[in-house]
Amino acid sequence: MKNKGLQSTFFNMVIVLFSVALVSSASLGFVYNLTKDKIAQAKAAKQLKAIEEVILPGYDNSPADDAYDLAMAEGGELECFPAKLGDEVKSIAVKTFTKNAFSGEMWLMVGFLPDGTINKISIVDQKETPGLGTKVTENKFKSQFAGKNPGVFRLKVKKDGGDVDAITAATVSSRAVCDAVERAYKAFLNR
Amino acid sequence: MTNLQNLAKGIIKENPVFVLLLGMCPTLGVTTSAINGMGMGLATLFVLALSNVVISLIKNLIPDKVRIPCFIVVIASFVTIVDLSMNAYLQALHAQLGLFIPLIVVNCIILGRAEAFASKSGVFSSLLDGIGMGIGFTVALVILGGVREILGSGSFFGIKPAFMENADTLLLFVMPPGAFLVLGYLVGLVNKLKKA
Repeated sequence: MKNKGLQSTFFNMVIVLFSVALVSSASLGFVYNLTKDKIAQAKAAKQLKAIEEVILPGYDNSPADDAYDLAMAEGGELECFPAKLGDEVKSIAVKTFTKNAFSGEMWLMVGFLPDGTINKISIVDQKETPGLGTKVTENKFKSQFAGKNPGVFRLKVKKDGGDVDAITAATVSSRAVCDAVERAYKAFLNR
Repeated sequence: MTNLQNLAKGIIKENPVFVLLLGMCPTLGVTTSAINGMGMGLATLFVLALSNVVISLIKNLIPDKVRIPCFIVVIASFVTIVDLSMNAYLQALHAQLGLFIPLIVVNCIILGRAEAFASKSGVFSSLLDGIGMGIGFTVALVILGGVREILGSGSFFGIKPAFMENADTLLLFVMPPGAFLVLGYLVGLVNKLKKA
């Protein structure tokens, strides 16, 4: 290639690379500042939406502001969000996770009634195989947890002797959801 | 080459996916549905057009021996800008494309166009080249994603007709081997059409 640029002297190379990097990092810092709040907002909104999805309607507090931690038997804590009407707790959303997902961690929001019955579940974050594992986010799968009490409803896929219908070709993802719900239920019982 | 040719060549004659076979990693990885393909394609188009313009602008200031590092820094900056903006304004799509957005940096289409075209051409034709190549990439990804989505999930752009609700679909096509199969047939088809 014919060189139309500056000569490749040491001085020129250092100066050019330095300036290119400087201008780039300055513009990145600018964009980061511009989008930082928006990203945090979007994250909070996503969590709030998941909470609202799994708790019972008809509460007058702000579950996100009243959040507290539930200790887990295995150590660590799960965040939980109570929905109250007056002083009475109507339902509780527990943010739970599993490390047994097909890829990465899966985060769920599980809504419990005070007696331990699952109201609804919602998948907050997952990295499952599109078209296969991602079917756990569909209502067809999620709805089978609604209204079930893990005291009698065994939180395992049928293959493992439980009561949960696994998704065809996505047993691992289905098991992962069971694992996460189970973790939330155990933490909920310890409250 | 005229402006129109600069724009149009990326779409069919030198289509980055079907003819140049560049950028196979995102092509095979993200095209599990038409909407994913479109998101990835448009993000790449944006980066490609802007990095082509900037590289064409600074081409005479860059010493030959450090041109590749300079190009990469410019490209990486635009990719990070796209990544941050998508995270802020298009959360759902960002969650789907996840890992593949930062990987646009090492997509050979972009460095390839910077090296082969933008570093030798004027600003305006570089912009057109970037847009044309970006459109070609987007079209290819949407077709690939569309075919895989129809065969594998029974939907198109996420819309599922009622009669497909409980139908059995060919799951193979949303899995990685399906990407290779569909791409192979599409490349063959495009070559056949180009000769005809």
